This record gives sequence, structure tokens and C-alpha cells, in this order.
Amino acid sequence: MRRLAGTALAAVLVFSLAGCGTKAEAPKPVPAEKPAVSEVIMASTTSTQDSGLFDVLIPAFEKAFPQYKMKVIAVGTGEALRMGETKDADVLLVHAKADEVKFVDAGFGLERKDVMYNDFVLVGPAADPAGIKASNDTTAAMLAIQKAGVAAKASFVSRGDDSGTHKKELKTWGAAGVTTPTVSADKWYLSSGQGMGETLKIANEKGSYTLVDRATYLTMKPSVLDLTILFEKDKGLLNQYGVIVVTDAKNQAGGQAFFDWILSAEGQKVVSEFGVEKFGQPLFVPNAE
Amino acid sequence: MLASGSVDVWVIVATSIRTSGSATLIALLIGLPIGLLVGTKRFVGRRAALVIFNAGMGLPPVVVGLVVAMTLSRRGPLGGLGILYSTRAMVLAQVIIAIPVIIAITAAAVAAVPRELSLQARSLGASRWRTSLLTLSEARMGLIAAVAGGFGAIISEVGAVQMVGGNLQGDTRVMTTGIMEFTRKGQYGNALALAAILMAIVIGVNIILTGLQTSADRWERDGR
Repeated sequence: MRRLAGTALAAVLVFSLAGCGTKAEAPKPVPAEKPAVSEVIMASTTSTQDSGLFDVLIPAFEKAFPQYKMKVIAVGTGEALRMGETKDADVLLVHAKADEVKFVDAGFGLERKDVMYNDFVLVGPAADPAGIKASNDTTAAMLAIQKAGVAAKASFVSRGDDSGTHKKELKTWGAAGVTTPTVSADKWYLSSGQGMGETLKIANEKGSYTLVDRATYLTMKPSVLDLTILFEKDKGLLNQYGVIVVTDAKNQAGGQAFFDWILSAEGQKVVSEFGVEKFGQPLFVPNAE
Repeated sequence: MLASGSVDVWVIVATSIRTSGSATLIALLIGLPIGLLVGTKRFVGRRAALVIFNAGMGLPPVVVGLVVAMTLSRRGPLGGLGILYSTRAMVLAQVIIAIPVIIAITAAAVAAVPRELSLQARSLGASRWRTSLLTLSEARMGLIAAVAGGFGAIISEVGAVQMVGGNLQGDTRVMTTGIMEFTRKGQYGNALALAAILMAIVIGVNIILTGLQTSADRWERDGR
């Protein structure tokens, strides 16, 4: 019995080895007919991922360039840039222009170009305890939130995660002449350290204000029904996206292909059409030169 | 980060210990009696109960997080409490995760105590209460394992506390969610530092509990 089992085992081993052999030999003639598919890694932000843009952008790119298979890693802008520095990504699609320019100047990126923009909105409870609805501009709206916060009538949830949205928020406080609020000094200021979706849910539960990109808000709307747009369509709330090819990346050719494609008329058209069907309005405005 | 003694880090560590510590205590208060009951008494449905609690040891924390979050959400059945995204919600989720672990280990430990012991104690006139205490004391090695198992399961858990706590800075941020956040920000140094503290706490707690176990063991040998 034992001997039989031994023979069977040996047979299985031999067959599996033979299997390996054929597998290793088989692909050789194929590349001559069809180019090998290589993987391109794009680091982008969670808010872009949450908007659903990649669900149409990536298939369109892969259709135009069948030799590339794109993989998106959605993280905060901070980590996305870090992934570029460590060459863990081939191409970056992020939205923190000052840091992007610094990144390229430091030699980590070959080139940076404007791709598109979307806009931010200020959302909060429908009752609008800070009264930001009537504000003339973003500065006035932020000041109103801060004032109501100090008076314990309102609260604000920050992403607090070094993301593009977080950086935008900090810039907006700065532009309003408000010293950057901190969790320890300002009881009305909360910091989630998480993605946009989670942060919206926290604001929804706590009846707080928060700054969110329109795409994510519209996508998340069904699960954050207690939040409404209270302030929007102001110059101070525009959000510019940039694309960067990482210097000496593992698949630099693939990164460059995506860079060129998204800046081309074809790529820009995909961007401009996204969201129209679902939300009745485009979520991103292409603005490549 | 550790050398500079950044206050924020110690707030995170303190929140972790406070929530997981109180959750372990509450889970012990609920889990010990149930474990004792399931482990020693013969009753209809005992097998089913054992299967449920043993399976509960593998209860996925994210599922607990999801259910607790939905229940406590403003539009959920317990939304009126308004405690989602607070440490109280985190303690609740952690209690639910720890209870099956504590029940299952306790039941196994007390079931291993010879039945003759409690029968003899009863025949010598000990009350039910005294008999239970005697059984628990005989099974103390296993009970210490139950504490270690329950605490270990929740202090190193990330999914549920993230979902019901919200990782709010200075409030509901604990070591595990802090590690996730620092990693997302690309601050691997800070993430590693927190990870080192977490490991030190888990190992430290287990050193203490193992110490208790061996001294219990020694007492057992020398005392007879």
C-alpha cells in the first residue's frame, strides 16, 4: 500500500515537472506575433479613485495601448509623491501643484503638465449653523465657519492626511487669514486622517462642515444624506490636477505613454465626458495646453 | 519621533490602552460566567453553543465594525445615542470581538477541570457559588490565556476601530489606525515607531500574563 502511494506520488511529481517544462517553453514563439503586455503603475489619490474616473479612463487607455496594463494605487498625495521618489510608481496623477513642481525640480519627475481641474464644495448640515450660504467668497465662508466654531455652534472635519484635499483646505484657511486650526487648540476642529469617503461620513454623523471635491460628494451623496452643498462655484475652490512621469521608473515608456495619451485630444475627451451620464454634469474640466 | 517625545504619540498609545483595556474588562465580566456555564454545565443546546462561540473566535472584525457602524449611525436603530465615531463605539465593537474569544477559551479551560472535583466539593457541603469559584481557580491557567487572547485580539485590530472610531486625531485615533494613517502619508518612520510600541505592549502584556501563569503553576506544585 505504502509502495503504491510512493509510486503515485513520484508519478505526480514527474507529471508536474513535465507540466512546468511545457509551460516554460510554450510562450516563446508568442511574442513574435503579439507584443508582451507590461504593467504600468500609476499612483494617484483616493479622492480621484472614489470619483470613479479611473473606471472609464483606464479601460480607454488600455484600449488605445494594448501593450500596457495599468494598475492604479490610490493613496494620499503625500504617499503618491513618495512612491514616485522611491520609483514604486511609473506615473503620477495628483492635485497639489506646489508639491508637484517641487517634486520635478528635485529631479524625481521628468515633466509635469496640467491635465484637468475639478472644484471643491463646502458641505454641511442643511440648517447651516455658521451661515456660510450667504458668503460672498471662499474667504468669507471659511471665516464664518471658524467664528461659529469658536462659538461652539459648528464644527469642521479635516482630512488631516496630507492629501491634496487636505492641502487645499489648509491653503483656504490661510487665504482667509485664519491661523491653521489644530485639534488640540480648537475644540471645533476634527481631523480624521482618512480618505474623503470616511471623512464625509464622519461629518454627516457629527453634523459638521467639511471641504470635499464635487466628484466625491456626488458619488457619496446617497450615503451622506444629512449633508448638503452650502457654498460652491468660487474661484478659491478650483482644484488643478497634474500628471508627472517618474524619472528612471521601472516602466518609464509606459508612464510616458499614459502622460502623452491623457494630454492628447483623445484622453481629454474621455475626461470631459466622465460623469455627464450619471450626474448630468461633467465632474472634471480638461485643461491641457 | 519617539526621542522628541511627541505628545501626540502618547495620546494615541493611551487611547489604545484605555479602550482595549476597558473592552477586555467588560468582555471578561460577560464572557467568564458564560464560559463557566458552557464549560461545566450539561444542558440542551450546549454543543451548539460551543460551536457558535468557537466559531465566534474567528468572527471577522470588519464585519463587527460594519454592523456596529450601521447600528449606531444616525439613521440606524441606535442612532439616537449619537456615539458613532467615539471611543465608546470602539469599546462596544471591541467587546463584541473579545467576548467569543474569552468564552471559548474559558469554556475549554473549565471543561478540563475534573468533574469529580466539583462533585466532591458539593458533597462536602460547598455552595454552588464556592464550587464555581473553585473550578475557576483550578482553571486559572486557561483563564489567563483567555485574558491574553481577548486583549491581544482587540489591541491589534484595525478594521473595526477604524470604521466605528473614525481615527479622529486626539480622540479616537489608536495605534493600529495611526500606523495605517502614517503609512498612507508616506511617513514610514512614524508608522514604524508606532508599530514598535504596539509590539512592545503586546509582548509586555504577554510577559506579565505568562509570569502570572508560571507563578500560578509553581504555587500549584508547591502548595500540595
